[in-house]
This record gives sequence, structure tokens and C-alpha cells, in this order.
Amino acid sequence: MKFIAIARTLAFAAAALIAGAASAEASGGTAKHPEHQHWHFSGPFGTYDKDALQRGFQVYEAVCANCHGLELVAFRNLGQKGGPFYLESCPAGVPDNIDCSNPNDNPIVKAIAANYKYKVVDGPDDSGDMFDREALPSDRIPGPYANEQMARAANNNALPPDLSLITKARHGGADYIYSLLVGFEEAPSTINIAPTQHYNPYFHGDLSQNLKPEFIDEHGHPREGIEVPVGGVLAMAPPLSDGMIEYGDDSPQTVEQYARDVTEFLMWAAEPKMEARKSLGVMSMIYLFILAAILYWSYRKVWSKVDH
Amino acid sequence: MSHPSTYKPGTGIEKWLDKRLPIIRMGYDSFVDFPTPKNLNYWWTFGGILAVCLVIQIITGIILAMHYTPHTSMAFDSVEHIMRDVNYGWLIRYVHSNGASMFFLAVYIHMFRGLYYGSYKEPREMPWILGVVIFLLMMATAFFGYVLVWGQMSFWGATVITNLFGAIPLIGDDIRTLLWGGFSVDNPTLNRFFSLHYLLPFAIFGVVGLHIWAFHIPGNNNPSGVEIKDVKKDTVPFHPYYTVKDGFAIVVFLILFAAFVFFNPNALGHADNYIEANPLVTPPSIVPEWYLLPFYAMLRAITFDIFFIPAKLGGVITMFSSILVLFVLPWLDTSKVRSMRYRPIARMWFILFVIACIALGYLGGKPAEGNYVLFAQIATAYYFAFFLIILPLLGLLETPKPLPKSIAESVLKNKADASAGAQPAPAE
Repeated sequence: MKFIAIARTLAFAAAALIAGAASAEASGGTAKHPEHQHWHFSGPFGTYDKDALQRGFQVYEAVCANCHGLELVAFRNLGQKGGPFYLESCPAGVPDNIDCSNPNDNPIVKAIAANYKYKVVDGPDDSGDMFDREALPSDRIPGPYANEQMARAANNNALPPDLSLITKARHGGADYIYSLLVGFEEAPSTINIAPTQHYNPYFHGDLSQNLKPEFIDEHGHPREGIEVPVGGVLAMAPPLSDGMIEYGDDSPQTVEQYARDVTEFLMWAAEPKMEARKSLGVMSMIYLFILAAILYWSYRKVWSKVDH
Repeated sequence: MSHPSTYKPGTGIEKWLDKRLPIIRMGYDSFVDFPTPKNLNYWWTFGGILAVCLVIQIITGIILAMHYTPHTSMAFDSVEHIMRDVNYGWLIRYVHSNGASMFFLAVYIHMFRGLYYGSYKEPREMPWILGVVIFLLMMATAFFGYVLVWGQMSFWGATVITNLFGAIPLIGDDIRTLLWGGFSVDNPTLNRFFSLHYLLPFAIFGVVGLHIWAFHIPGNNNPSGVEIKDVKKDTVPFHPYYTVKDGFAIVVFLILFAAFVFFNPNALGHADNYIEANPLVTPPSIVPEWYLLPFYAMLRAITFDIFFIPAKLGGVITMFSSILVLFVLPWLDTSKVRSMRYRPIARMWFILFVIACIALGYLGGKPAEGNYVLFAQIATAYYFAFFLIILPLLGLLETPKPLPKSIAESVLKNKADASAGAQPAPAE
């Protein structure tokens, strides 16, 4: 019966939409436009900045991975061409018969997998029990929670989204993710928010219901001169703070730098074949332009004796 | 056009085959020696471009189907598996997803060309009608394909569109249940949509064959709209003249195609479709792919009951009628003059029609509120008025410009005009 009830609700929701009733977008809801950033991966020739990807992975593991999974990415992906830890040749001390360009043999990737903060659940073993083991390059990166219920229980019923595709799954892409990470602010004085919520002007939301009672007239509208603040509230607390992660290189250890690096890493996680795509694209374009020129010349030649 | 066959089987195999199944003769007569008006402009290259689009979609689609899993719990991940782990899977998938957009871009240009040059008029009603059938099949195929990704927009788009059928009186609920294979969009829906998404392109392929056959009987229309009078003076053989011209246009089109695939593959998609489908979370706004937006705008433009027809059903009827009206277009347009080159007044109404279609596309992506609805209503009204009032009346009222006597004459006249314009003005 519950199933049919859900189906009815769905049908009703869709019907309401079709009937031209206000969509959610129409009911208000605003967000500040993401700050435009210049990214290393922008443009037709853009590539990932390997150092930024490595630092970004460090930020992900140290901070984001406390709540967010990355379930579509395997450790081996970190060592594939275009990935943060790809090696063309082996570092000194690795036996000659090992090909480090193979992600499964990449010593950095093997070490990252073996020392990762979460273990992989494997099994069942011979006695039928599941067991934890160190991750291998072939494993998907394990997340913080075994299931959705556990994730919600740990986060005041909010569900931290998986980050594998996050830069492609949000309007504004990488600019938005960066803006959100650096954009947390003190909530405006006109609104009340729950202690588990955090204000962010870049987060799409509708704060008209959060206005303090003294700013609302008897009809439930904001009083004259009172504007509903742009942005929304989310369950995630500002995740980054200056100096919280020690970088191996001399990059600044600031919120902005952490946010830029982790955003670049997440862009890679969502689009790991981007470099191959763009370089093949450049070759394809050159080929197509030459072919077009030859065909145009042939066309002129073939038609030269015909009035048309 | 029908013409005596000039095919001479050269080799022994060809002679043997020609007596039994003259398939090479058919190909030769249709695509090599076919007499084609010599004045076709670049708008005529979109037929060839569309054939290429269809073949690209079928080839990439067959490969994608080898790696895709049509199950609600695995579909989304299997698409990401294609993107990440299948060799060149990202390329095949991006070609296929952008290919749908390119296909529709080309088909819209092709249809506008047919409208402008009166290619639907006697004796070419059948190619036009078959073309509308292809267009319907394309829309169904594209919709099914979009659902297969099983992202949020896939799921909610499927929910909205299948619910449209629920608006049909008496049998609507049963049709909807049949489409769903249950009581909501779920695994049976995904399975049957996958099956149909694989089937329909081959149906399109068949109807494309009929479409080409049908316009090869009277022969191509042409920008002058005047029929071929003298095959020698008015036409050139399809090969090499149009193979090379279409070939050039196809490659230029592929440059645009490649620009999307390689450098901005998600520009035409919606971010929400990178979130896995979740029946419990409705996205902030549900919008179809760009190529269906004009129809979506018409659907939502009907916000009022018409007598006993509730608004929802009215919207559905309006949307489907916008395509059904195309079937009877050959009989609605009363003008005997095909090309709008010689119909200056009709041409202005046509330009307005193109603007209305683009406006509907824009409005379909906006929330259905306030002035957006009003503008969508005006554009929808104009869309139907163009076919049902303007074209029937104009044919009776408008005085067309004099037509050239033949294609050859129209070509010579254009050439003379062009060179006259290029010469410096004579000194006073």
C-alpha cells in the first residue's frame, strides 16, 4: 500500500508541475553567483596541475573524507595517466621488472591504498565472516559510512553527498564548489537558523521562512525595507581553516588554497579522462580542418564548369 | 526524379547480380547518376548530415549497449563505468549524448528549409509526411535514451512525460500503467525504455529509406521551387557534384560536433543528471533536453480550462497537435508557389514563425510563471495561426513575384544579379 501511496504522490507532484503550477524555482530561492576562477584545466588546452591534484587529494583524505565518499574512484585511478600520482618511470630503488606506469604497480598508489584512513570490507572468509583489510590499488576508495542510515545518523539526519561527480552535478561546476568552500559567513542578523545549520550565500536556498518574527508582517511577508538574504543554509560546517593541513611543498596553507586544490582534485575525480579527451580533440580538429579544406577545394574544382 | 537507368554492369559478378537482384543498379541510379537540380544551396546539405548523424548514433549506441546495464540499481554506475573504465568509453558516450543534440539541430534546420522552400507541396507530400514520422520517432528515441542514464533529470523527466498520458480521458491511466510496467517509473520502465531505445533507431532507419525513395520519385525540390524542365540544363548527376558538396558540409558540421564532444561535452546537458535518480527527492526544476523545450513550453502554456477540457489535457492536446498539424500542412498551404523567395509576404511571416519557435525553446526552460506563461501563450498561438490561418489565407491573398521559367534561368539570373552588384556603378 505504501508503494501505491508513493506512486500517487509522485503522479500528483508531476501533475502539479504539468498543470503549470509554480515549480520550486518559481517559489523563490536564490544564491550568489559563484566566483569565477581561472583554473589550470580551463580551455581547450587546459590540463590538470599535478601538484594541485596531489595536494587536493591530501585535503580530500584529511578533511572531506571524514563525511563524504568518493565511491566511483578507485585507488588505481590515482596512478593512471592524467591522475595525481601517475609515474612515467619508476623512482630509484624499485626493481627493474616493474612498470610503474601501470597504476597497480605504482609504489605511491600502493602505499596510499595500504595506509588509507579507511579499511576495505572484504569476505566472506572461510568461516563465513566479513573482515577488514588494507586497501589495494584495485579497490574503490572506501568511504566513511557503510550505508545511508549510518551517514544520516552521524550528521543530524543530513546525507553528505558522494563527491565523485560533484563538480559536474552542480550548476557552476568547479567555480561553485570553490565558492561554497570559501564562502561560509556569519548568518545575517535578520534570520534565525538552527544550531546544526550553516549559512552560505552560494548555497541555493530559500531563507524567507527563516526571517526572525520581528521582520515579518501579519501576512507573513517581509516588512518594508527587509530583504530575504541570498543563499541558503546547509548542514555542513565550514570545513576548512587556515593551516589545518600541512603541505609537503611551499604552497600557502590557507582556506583559499585548500579549496582551490581540493576543487581541482574533485574536477579530476569527476572527469579523469579530460586530458586524453582534449588532446584527442586537438588532433581531431586539425584533421577535420584539413579535410574540410581539401573537400572545399575539390568542391570548387568539381563545380568550376557548372553555372549554379 | 525517375529517369532511365544508365548503369552498365562492368564485371561478371555485377552482370550476374544485375539479372537477379539489381541492387547495384538501384544504388547507382539513386546516388551516383541521380539527376539533381544544380542550384541546391547549403540548406540542402542537411539531409546528408542527418544520415551521418543517424549512423553515428546507431554505431555508438550499439557499443554503449555492450557496456550498459538497464537496472535501476546499476544503470547510473554502468554509465560511469563506461566513462571511466571502458577504453575510449568517454568518447563513445560523449559522441552519443552530444550526437542527439546535433541530430536535432540538423533536423530542425532541415525542417525549416522544407518549410521555407515549400518542399512539402505537391507532389512531395509523402517525403514531408514521412519526415514528420521520423521526427516523432526521433523524439521518442531521444526521450527513452535520456531516461537510460538514470540521473535525477532522467527519472523526473520520465515521470512528467509518462504522466502526460494519464491526462487522456478513460484510457489514460491504463496507458500510463502500461508505459510504467507498474505504478511508477521504476525498473520495468527502465527495461522497456531500453528495449524501445534500441528498437526505434532501426525503425527510423527504415522510414529514412522510404523518405529518400519518396523524394526520389519527383526528384529534389530546389531553391527556385520550379520543377526540372530539361535534365541536361537544369541538373547535374548526384555524384560527384553533390557527394563533394555534401561531404564538405558534413565535415564542417562535424567540426561543430567535435567542438562540443571534445571541449565542452556537458554544455548541452543538465547538471542534475549527474546525480543518481532518487524517487524521494524532486529536483528544483524539471526541464527536458533543449531540443524538446519548445514543445514543453506549449504543454505548459495551456493554464486554463477550455470548455470541458481541463488545462492539463489541453496542454497535452496542444503539444501533440503542434506536431500533428505538420501532417496536414501540404493541404493547409494554399499557395501553388513553392519557394518563399517569390513570396515576400509569406517570407516575413515565416521569419516570425522561426522567432516564435526559438522563443518557445527559451520559454520552455524558464519557470512557468508570470510573463513567461503569457509569452509562451502568444508564441503557441502564433505557431498554430501560422499553419491554420496565415498559410491558408496567404495563398489566396498574396501576389507572388514572377517565377523563373526554369532552374537554368533562375541560376543565370542570380549570376547576372551577383555580377551586376559586384561591378562598380557606372559614372553619371
